[in-house]
Amino acid sequence: MSSEQEQESIRCLVAKVGLDGHDRGAHVIARAFRDAGFEVIYSGLHKAPEEIVQAAVQEDVDVLGISILSGAHDTLVPKIMDGLAEYGAEEDTLVLVGGVIPEEDRDELRAQGVAEIFGPGTSIEETIEFVRENAPER
Amino acid sequence: MNADDESLLEALLEGEHRALARVISKIENRSPGYRDLVSELYAHTGEADVIGVTGSPGAGKSTLVDKLAEAYRDGGETVGIIAIDPSSPFTGGAVLGDRIRMASTVGDMDVFVRSMSARGTLGGLSTATADAVKAMDAFGKDKIIIETVGAGQNEIDVVRTADTVAVLVPPGSGDDVQTLKAGILEIADVFVVNKADRPGADRTVQELRDMIHLGEAGGMGGGGHHGADAMGAGGGGRGNRGDGTDGSGGAGSAEPERWSPPIVETVATTGDGVGEFIDELAGHQQYLVDSGASTEKARRRYAEEIRTLLREDVHALLETELERAGGIDELADAVREGETDPYTIASDLLAPVEECLGELETTGADPE
Repeated sequence: MSSEQEQESIRCLVAKVGLDGHDRGAHVIARAFRDAGFEVIYSGLHKAPEEIVQAAVQEDVDVLGISILSGAHDTLVPKIMDGLAEYGAEEDTLVLVGGVIPEEDRDELRAQGVAEIFGPGTSIEETIEFVRENAPER
Repeated sequence: MNADDESLLEALLEGEHRALARVISKIENRSPGYRDLVSELYAHTGEADVIGVTGSPGAGKSTLVDKLAEAYRDGGETVGIIAIDPSSPFTGGAVLGDRIRMASTVGDMDVFVRSMSARGTLGGLSTATADAVKAMDAFGKDKIIIETVGAGQNEIDVVRTADTVAVLVPPGSGDDVQTLKAGILEIADVFVVNKADRPGADRTVQELRDMIHLGEAGGMGGGGHHGADAMGAGGGGRGNRGDGTDGSGGAGSAEPERWSPPIVETVATTGDGVGEFIDELAGHQQYLVDSGASTEKARRRYAEEIRTLLREDVHALLETELERAGGIDELADAVREGETDPYTIASDLLAPVEECLGELETTGADPE
């Protein structure tokens, strides 16, 4: 038996992208993830897609949670997905989108590789459970 | 090393950012085989300057590190940053928020920022950090900055893995007795009074200056004299100023020439003083080379790495042994119920280990 103890921890990037300045939800999620024992990297407000990609790659996160309330998801999310693909990080990063996403846009986001979309009213427990079950095995 | 790790190593050495990120994850996770990877890294290290930045929460470390990275980039050098934040002792969870303040260099992949939290115990953080530094060094980073809150022993161990340690002291951080207390101030190679535009900055500078002079006059304070037990042969001979304090604290003979930590005033938000800060860092690096202290420092650091690794390994062995003995809870209950005591348990559990080592000695070594 090995004398090394593995110390894996689920790493998440909670990202605010684009011009929307409402980060209460992102803070709540970051705190809840922390309390669930995850390591949370918070991006801060007003980040460009390239900045999110840079952080996701350098931090080697398992989960990327993108919070968008501005309605610009259909332009910003594809840019992030392309960026991840460029670094070969698309496949083993679980991408989640939270915020106000109209029903008719959801299939398109999923087609781009978003694993799940959490709208208003989603319980925190549900989100944490989803991350626990779906965080990529590496 | 398996084929996957080999190609990962190759990709890292070729400068692929994702490979560097993945290697650091393996180090943090203590993934199977990570040790072989790190062993391989050693051969490619030694080029980077490693700078530690520490200070109390809110001292402005991240902002200053950001400006520092920007200045190094302007000079054409590549930068790796390891930003350490505390984790919850209860859940292990953490919010790693230093990245937010590193805004000057976003979009520039040649500034590689990695956030870390303390996952393990028993020096696990300093081992992981030292290994991550090796990964960045092997990757080819010119400057590696370790940023951590100077809150406890664990964090102090971490910044001590750096060649040069800068301690940030914000204005008004206490009266002059604070500067006499043991701890974080002792490890400083450079002092930075950040937020120098605030009231009280002059006084803080003065208090630091007094503290440094006091240390020099008494021949016992100042920076860099930890681990005096490891010095013995190395430092004794040269450059000792013969101040007559030899042996009393072991401090006077620790380094060939004493480095007197300079005090720099900065305003990180505007970048004021950053140039001077960089000059002082470079000055210390130069001093390390010129005085021969870098050799001593490296030896001490490797000694510490070896010790920490051994401690971790022995600790893991003992955990297995504890399980075999019925688990720690049961043993603790036995003490609670007055059946035995911790000292007896410890020596009982260690007895077979000592016996084995004793046998090795008699069979393995040449009895003269």
